Amino acid sequence: MGESRSLTINGRSHSVSPEDPETPLLYVLRNEFGLHGPRFGCGLGQCGACTVHIDGQAVRSCVIPLSSLKPDAKIVTLEGLGTPEAPHPVQAAFVEEQAAQCGYCINGMIMTSAAFLKDKQKPSEAEIRQALAGNLCRCGTHARIVRAVQRAAASL
Amino acid sequence: MPATQFSRRSLLQGGAIVVGFSLSRALPVAAASGTAPSKPVALDQVDSYLSLERDGSAIVYSGKVDLGTGVRTALTQMAADELDLPLARVRVIQGDTALTPDQGPTYGSLSIQNGGTQIRAAAATARRQLLQLASERLGTPTDTLATRDGRVIPAAGGEGIAYADLLKDGHFSLKLDKDAPSKNPDAFSFVGKPVARLDIPAKIYASFTYMQDVTLPGMLHGRVIRPPAIEARLTSVDEASVAGIPGLVKVVREGDFLGVVTTSEWAAIKAAEKLSATWSKAETLPEQSQLWEHVRATPVVKEDITSNVGDADGAMANAARKLKATYDFAIHTHGSIGPSCAVAQPEGDALTVWTASQMTHALRTQLSAMFSLPPEKVRCIYVEGSGCYGRNGHEDAAGDAAILARAVGKPVRVQWSRADEHGWDPKGPPTLIDLAAGLDDKGAVTAWSSQFHIPMGAAGSVPLVAATLAGLPHETALAPGNIVHNSAIPYGFPNVKTVCRRLATTPLRPSWIRTPGRMQNTFANEAFVDECAAAAGIDPLEYRLRSMNDPRGIEVLKRLATLAKWESRPSPKGDGREAGGGVQTGRGLSYVKYELYRTYVAALAEVEVERSSGMIRAKRVFVVQDCGQIINPDGVRNQIEGNVIQTVSRVLKEEVMFDRSRVTSTDWASYPILTFPEVPEIVMELIDRPREKPWGAGEPSAAVIPAAISNAVYDAIGLRLRSVPFTPEKVKTALQRT
Ligand code: FES
Ligand code: FES
Repeated sequence: MGESRSLTINGRSHSVSPEDPETPLLYVLRNEFGLHGPRFGCGLGQCGACTVHIDGQAVRSCVIPLSSLKPDAKIVTLEGLGTPEAPHPVQAAFVEEQAAQCGYCINGMIMTSAAFLKDKQKPSEAEIRQALAGNLCRCGTHARIVRAVQRAAASL
Repeated sequence: MPATQFSRRSLLQGGAIVVGFSLSRALPVAAASGTAPSKPVALDQVDSYLSLERDGSAIVYSGKVDLGTGVRTALTQMAADELDLPLARVRVIQGDTALTPDQGPTYGSLSIQNGGTQIRAAAATARRQLLQLASERLGTPTDTLATRDGRVIPAAGGEGIAYADLLKDGHFSLKLDKDAPSKNPDAFSFVGKPVARLDIPAKIYASFTYMQDVTLPGMLHGRVIRPPAIEARLTSVDEASVAGIPGLVKVVREGDFLGVVTTSEWAAIKAAEKLSATWSKAETLPEQSQLWEHVRATPVVKEDITSNVGDADGAMANAARKLKATYDFAIHTHGSIGPSCAVAQPEGDALTVWTASQMTHALRTQLSAMFSLPPEKVRCIYVEGSGCYGRNGHEDAAGDAAILARAVGKPVRVQWSRADEHGWDPKGPPTLIDLAAGLDDKGAVTAWSSQFHIPMGAAGSVPLVAATLAGLPHETALAPGNIVHNSAIPYGFPNVKTVCRRLATTPLRPSWIRTPGRMQNTFANEAFVDECAAAAGIDPLEYRLRSMNDPRGIEVLKRLATLAKWESRPSPKGDGREAGGGVQTGRGLSYVKYELYRTYVAALAEVEVERSSGMIRAKRVFVVQDCGQIINPDGVRNQIEGNVIQTVSRVLKEEVMFDRSRVTSTDWASYPILTFPEVPEIVMELIDRPREKPWGAGEPSAAVIPAAISNAVYDAIGLRLRSVPFTPEKVKTALQRT
């Protein structure tokens, strides 16, 4: 076991002692904390499936080594964004629009959109598409995803 | 605190391994008791498909699996309606070889059409039996009884009897009667309605268990190290190169199969990256620049004549006008967003594998052959993974996990890397098609003749990479899917001959990718019909309709024309020679009757072509589909949207690149797919026919997209694109030639 580090995940502080401090955050979240919202898609920063929020910014956890995190970094995963009882507006909109097929990419879509809508009120459809340009979906759920983000934007 | 750890209780029962779980959401209660199987799984028994629980709920056992398409929801709707149960009281267990009947692989848009129809028949047989039993119990004829909300009740009123009270232990012990009367479609509460997908909330609130999330107690992590060249032999492995990696459990070598097992996932990734090994040189692939020459030169094993009407050769010789063209369609990868993953658990000489396989029963056969185990010693359990669109790497990951788990005697999870997935999933084979048509002096087709150069084989089991590399028993036949479909055409031309020349080999291990063969073949057929229409100077819609007599097909095309405000005129739109770097627009349509016996679909694409860059943008796509009875219209829409977007991506952008040794497009930078700004607007209309058979909807609409785009580009700039993908380079080169 390596040296211990503290992390704030979904509002709670934890400490982890990874064997390798270069372990990307994604594996720590998934395997140490059982947080399966963030997903492994490429490990290369190319697809967005692993997106989480760090201090409110959408980032790709597959390319963030644990060692690079500031001790006070606040990490939020899909689990921490909202719940069926208290959904984040983006999650509620994705359910409304039935915006998933396999859903494997959907974590990235929701986390990216939630961060985007925080900074951008009333985005145009083109702006939404641009904000999601780096998130890949293979099932072709794009049309529904855009509608869901529009719905969420209207509700905010 | 992994939230979804399976707590496992295993016991040997009647020689077969029985694995029980306690995993609230994803796994069967029946199995959770730890005493589940032996449950009947024979295809002709009602109990194979259905059980009625004491709590008033029903469990449906489906050999067909969801794959992210929404099929689980649709099957729930069908069973709930047939059994008169609320949706919430029907659960579906999918693809568990110990629990579900072998309804065949989940491919070919057959899950509802075949799988759902079997489940519906089982439920209808069950309902008839419940009425019968209640009639005996109550001493009143069955036609005075009705089923409602899980009870048989007298039509005149009264409490009635709960289903479970009519049966001994919830068992029917009854043969399935495929002619058992199904409910009147007017009485359906769920079928035909846009019922919300049952899996979506869990996927959005991060409580869904994907294959990639499965963990077992004591589970180790594995990764594979594939040869740097296809067919390279492993000559040496330097285990010392990974000795310093904390958590390393074992380097596993069997023949040319190489893998590592570690205690953590990250250690497995590091070890796979650091392990140094030497391999022989191998250059078994053709030069990519010579691919089509290579395909044409590949030995032909046999010729399948898929249609032969009149005398195509004779009519061709006498035609007033002849057209000829060659079409080709690149090699594609499935490109699942989540690379393949599996967990294997060895126990004595038995093996349990959790897998996202679309064909757990066939996988069990493969694994039992691979390890020379009797099939009853192998259990494959489906857990939904990333969408696969055909036979991707899911089954191969199961083979990898099984080898590694047996090598260490512990459960092992194998997660493929992005490069494993892009490099080693089986590919949609390259397709080369020659067409010729003879026209009379009015431009009508008098002769149609085509040759499809496509690999041998049909569906079946694609050889597992691990078995092949390790030199363990495996299939050797090619399994590209039933790719001869839709080589024949849906038009009544007087003389037609369509021939599939089946090739002995194809460059990369083939399999089926969404709409296999039907897409490539329909691309060539529908673009070439457009060539004929253009040569005749006739509106391409009118041209097709003149040779059709199938009313459902005609209706689909006519509705498309209305929906898209079709303007009747021949293509191209202008003379195709507008000057400068301007943007030109065009429209193109395409039609298919899927496999010439089911789902009808027509599409129209509107495109923009930017002359200066050669860039094609699909702006809007209209689709009209008739797939018979629609189980869930929103599910069908979701599938059509997916088909359109995925196929626009394949047609405009995708091509697997390779050198003489290996696939070189091994990530999303080297194999780009469509991104949000490039996605077209989709407008569709569904024709519901509640009294017809429910036909497939997962694939057919993909078949019409390539030709719709090619035809639209022709309409815009007067150039015929015959080679998928339609990259800007190809468009520019073609423009320069004019
Ligand atoms: S998994 Fe992190 S970007 Fe793809
Ligand atoms: S919904 Fe399957 S990858 Fe996006």
